[in-house]
Amino acid sequence: MDMHMNPEQKSGRKSQNSGGGIKGWIEYRLPIFSFLDHSLGSQYPAPRNLNYWWNFGSIAGICLVMQILTGLFLAMHYVPHGTMAFDSVESIMRNVNYGWLLRYAHAVGASMFFVVVYIHIFRGIYYGSYKAPRELLWWFGIVILLLMMATAFMGYVLPWGQMSFWGATVITNLFSAIPGVGESIVHWLWGGFAVDNPTLNRFYALHFVLPFVIVAVVVLHIWALHVHGSNNPLGIDVKTPQDTIPFHPYYTIKDCLGFGVFFLIFSWFVFFAPNSLGDPDNYIPANPMITPPHIVPEWYFLPFYAILRSMPDIGIPFTDIVFVSSKLAGVVGMFGSILIFFFLPWIDRGTVRSAAFRPVTKLLFWLFLIDCLVLGFVGSQPPEGIYLLIGRIALAYYFAHFVMLWYISRREKTLPLPESISKAVLASADHHR
Amino acid sequence: MKKTVLLIVSSLMTLGVAGLAYGESDQKRPHKIDWPFEGVFGTVDKQSAQRGFQVYKEVCSACHSLNRIAFRNLQDLGFSEAEVKSLAASYQVADGPNDAGDMFQRPGKPSDYFPSPYANENAGRAAHNGALPPDLSLIIKARKDGPNYVHSLLTGYGPVPPDVQLADGQNYNPYFPGGKLMMPPPLSDGQVTYADGTPATVDQMARDVVTFLQWAAEPEMEARKQMGIKVMIYLAIFTAFMYVAKRNIWRRIH
Repeated sequence: MDMHMNPEQKSGRKSQNSGGGIKGWIEYRLPIFSFLDHSLGSQYPAPRNLNYWWNFGSIAGICLVMQILTGLFLAMHYVPHGTMAFDSVESIMRNVNYGWLLRYAHAVGASMFFVVVYIHIFRGIYYGSYKAPRELLWWFGIVILLLMMATAFMGYVLPWGQMSFWGATVITNLFSAIPGVGESIVHWLWGGFAVDNPTLNRFYALHFVLPFVIVAVVVLHIWALHVHGSNNPLGIDVKTPQDTIPFHPYYTIKDCLGFGVFFLIFSWFVFFAPNSLGDPDNYIPANPMITPPHIVPEWYFLPFYAILRSMPDIGIPFTDIVFVSSKLAGVVGMFGSILIFFFLPWIDRGTVRSAAFRPVTKLLFWLFLIDCLVLGFVGSQPPEGIYLLIGRIALAYYFAHFVMLWYISRREKTLPLPESISKAVLASADHHR
Repeated sequence: MKKTVLLIVSSLMTLGVAGLAYGESDQKRPHKIDWPFEGVFGTVDKQSAQRGFQVYKEVCSACHSLNRIAFRNLQDLGFSEAEVKSLAASYQVADGPNDAGDMFQRPGKPSDYFPSPYANENAGRAAHNGALPPDLSLIIKARKDGPNYVHSLLTGYGPVPPDVQLADGQNYNPYFPGGKLMMPPPLSDGQVTYADGTPATVDQMARDVVTFLQWAAEPEMEARKQMGIKVMIYLAIFTAFMYVAKRNIWRRIH
């Protein structure tokens, strides 16, 4: 009789996980357990050779969750108003139970999120994780970075200190460089004729909602990841089941170890040096009448800030003819420096993914990383004298990198690739013995 | 590998912080003092902070407000409830409007905040040639290398170099950005009389007031560091367990 058949027979879909009891009851109605098992569990095969640089994806996920949770509780006490925002933040620090912990974890958390994401991105660049068939996965990653930058920028405005106010003024003013409509766009962004209460209000609303947009794009990022699985340090495809190991328990435990190390560093900053990554000027309430001597963004924006400020007027040399003002060029350069990553999968024309087998690409990678650090340093200095010169050279090199990569990637003599992941792993294990 | 990660993380951090270094500078770098409140195990020296409060009350408060500190907060520094009550009552605080619609003055209560020396910002500027003496509640966090900066500023007044032109009412201090400030040297030896008999030298008073202002800027500091130590111990054990577990699990395929 139909009625007496058990659910598994009836569905004809027998999952080794479903079993009986409550778990089986739920699984039959919503296959959530097998979904998780296929996403992060024993049924998700991962390359067996992932190194510790692959930990940063899951750590970034933890960072996002931490930011949303601490942010939610901060939002319950914060007042987005020009005359009350600074005081409400200080009230969180002084009068809300563990308010200082929430705020420091949130502020330090933003820096940690960027450290982790930058390492995650450079790992992807080094091992060629952006290459086919992972281009869309890479694109979602860039979208996440852009959303993170917008969110972090607006979040930094909320305490309404001097650097909040003047940072907001400098960055929103960038849009005035757009020919013709720039000025109107800036007034529209401000909700008035200067950075003021309406600006603070809309930034707060956006700062609250954008993290959930990030969550949505992270879902797409992970979805795309799961189609072809993780890339790996050798950059060669998984060919046989011997090349993989189940995600759980191997990578779940490895990720947990990564979380432990990460939280040790995070906590050190939160508890012992919570203001070391911030600017002292932001403990001075915003004052539209007094401009700080140095307007600098948070450290994670410094390379982009350097690009913005290093661009010269573009025109005919030795004449007064200027086609593009340095301001517009700076804005285009700054956005271009990120948008160019969308094209990276096609700029790099090599067929080998991992830089481990691409000697020239490997050299270019390290030079590019150093160039980004130099830009970061220049961004922290006043744009004059030697710093301006270094900034311009570093800026030119930044974009030249992509041209060199495009040229070299087709001609480069690559090293022989291993036959398979498992063979390479076993060979290296033998070697160690 | 872990070393490399740490190296990269720390160099990124250093780069960020380097941005705050003394770039331009006509400003002299503050001298370095080993403060007892610094470091992982740092605590507020309560005796020193109490003396510092006396300096604030008798000297600084003539011009500088401290408007994020309530009288009740002083109990953190070891003042008793009765002491705080009588201290608060020695201040007149604006309140109101009353039933008749009038503002009135009344003796302070522990829950009141320190009253500002000025009715409003403009009154403060008017009294000082247009320069507003900053509120001191956050001054230690609002200046680069705050504790050393404030100590250096308070003790660092010196002869005016020949190439420096001072306007009327200005003073010279090499530790101040630009060197010219409206604040005259605020401290002189023996200016206050400490109840505990500590000699009130300029250096001693500056140290005490910095200790007090450090507490005012971060009243949570001791609780934060104590919690931090527990959290670090917990995380170290957690990480050690994860390390062992990871090695054991991975042994199956190695």
